[in-house]
Amino acid sequence: MTAMTTGLARTAAEPSARFRDLLAAEWLKYRTLRSTPWSLLVATLAVLGFNVGNAWEHYIHWNMEHVAPAGFIAQGLPLLDAFGTNAALVTMIAASAIGAIAITGEFSTGLARTTFAAVPARRAVMAAKVSIITAVTTALGAVTAAASFGLTQAILSGRHAGIPISYPGALQVVAASALLAPLSALIGAAAGAIARRSAAAVAGSFVILLILPLIIRDSSRLTAVIAHALPFEAWDRLAAVPYPPGTAYPWTVTGAWIVYAAWALAAAVLAVTAVTRRDL
Amino acid sequence: MPATARCQAAPATGIVGRVIEVRQLAKRYGQTTAVRDLTFSAGPGHVTGFLGPNGAGKSTTLRLILGLNTPTAGTATIDGRPFRDHARGLRHAGALLDAADVHGGRTAVAHLAALARSNRIPRSRVDEVLNAAGLADAARRRIGGFSLGMRQRLGIAAALLGDPPVLVFDEPFNGLDPQGVRWIRGLFRQLAAEGRTVFVSSHLMSEMEHTADQLIVISRGKLVAAESMTEFTRRTATGSLEDAFLDLTADAPGGKNQ
Repeated sequence: MTAMTTGLARTAAEPSARFRDLLAAEWLKYRTLRSTPWSLLVATLAVLGFNVGNAWEHYIHWNMEHVAPAGFIAQGLPLLDAFGTNAALVTMIAASAIGAIAITGEFSTGLARTTFAAVPARRAVMAAKVSIITAVTTALGAVTAAASFGLTQAILSGRHAGIPISYPGALQVVAASALLAPLSALIGAAAGAIARRSAAAVAGSFVILLILPLIIRDSSRLTAVIAHALPFEAWDRLAAVPYPPGTAYPWTVTGAWIVYAAWALAAAVLAVTAVTRRDL
Repeated sequence: MPATARCQAAPATGIVGRVIEVRQLAKRYGQTTAVRDLTFSAGPGHVTGFLGPNGAGKSTTLRLILGLNTPTAGTATIDGRPFRDHARGLRHAGALLDAADVHGGRTAVAHLAALARSNRIPRSRVDEVLNAAGLADAARRRIGGFSLGMRQRLGIAAALLGDPPVLVFDEPFNGLDPQGVRWIRGLFRQLAAEGRTVFVSSHLMSEMEHTADQLIVISRGKLVAAESMTEFTRRTATGSLEDAFLDLTADAPGGKNQ
């Protein structure tokens, strides 16, 4: 009961407000949840599993397909194994859920009231939260994409069909696949800040990331433009090395990177500003 | 200290400017008016009880004071400033609004350590408030397994983190055992005796009778009384807080005349 005896003197010496304290607090909050290590571990293993599985299939069935290593490499198959569509889907599902739940865990529990009473600068709190989500999922993406590339090429080199990271386009595939994680997490975080309920936020990000690419095909000029504005299609464009000739509505690598950047920026801004004036 | 230090050193009296002030405050949610034209203040050195029937607008008022909700009209200030204007809040006001406003997956110590870190409060303070709240043994357990009484203690520990001059508690007695109730009573009186403003909402008249010395009473979102406990209880022949309260709020939904 002696805790209060310091009296009121401390209010005269309030230290200045620093953003890095908010970063440290949000990092502490993130890492002290039991779901954190599990979600990251499961996501990593699932992505690696799909990619290693693809390379392993090629390795096992090599003699049945009667392909020469040079032809296998020229068709871009080592890069297809390095990070496949299934791994991209798993990345989008896991990272968007991680981003969404990091936000909704605050609002669906009422913890947001405790947090914002302690730090009335709401945008600073949300910016710190979004920074932590981005950093964690960038690390997740970097580890899974780099490990996938290393493992798949190591397996394929057993058939003399592995490629080094210096191979033309390899770094682009790895980078695009790594950054798909923070991109998806930011979209999840924005959905979380808008919906404030986990189920709605996860459903919303799945619609953007998974459902819309299934519905909108590049069958006409108009739908091609819309399709090319979707995150998954941008990944698909960046992961297509070499880019197949004769595509009806071709688009550039630069265009795909711009789609990545635009979604990431818009989602981050939404996640930070959505709760600024809202009643809690 | 850099020029950004937000609080000026207190005047010699040490009590000026630690006031909760509510002026013509109104809050509507759609068609529902939760609070209307509410004006009162709560000052330092007192435990001010904030009474009203269920749905009177107590929790809404507290959220408006802490800047969690935006008023439809009027102002609510602590220390002369809307609370939202502070970059960090814990050194200005500590609050327990709802014991459920935590994440059940974190331990008590993680919950408090994150709050402390966000306000640049030393980690050692976390152990101090855990001890003060009687939660030292439960510090490393997940909050999800806490009883309501333990959550109330945790919320009070969080309110104390910043050693603030103003403390706001919404129904702090709920779920507490008799030891807890006695502890809170003593704590509130001690905080007030130290020159702090202690503002406590409750619908438990017996607890308030033993804890508060000033009263703000609202009903249906409007002020019905703002006076000392002595003045208030003198309104009835029995001198009981409960009788005076029920007489004054009889027209409220759930009041005795309905």
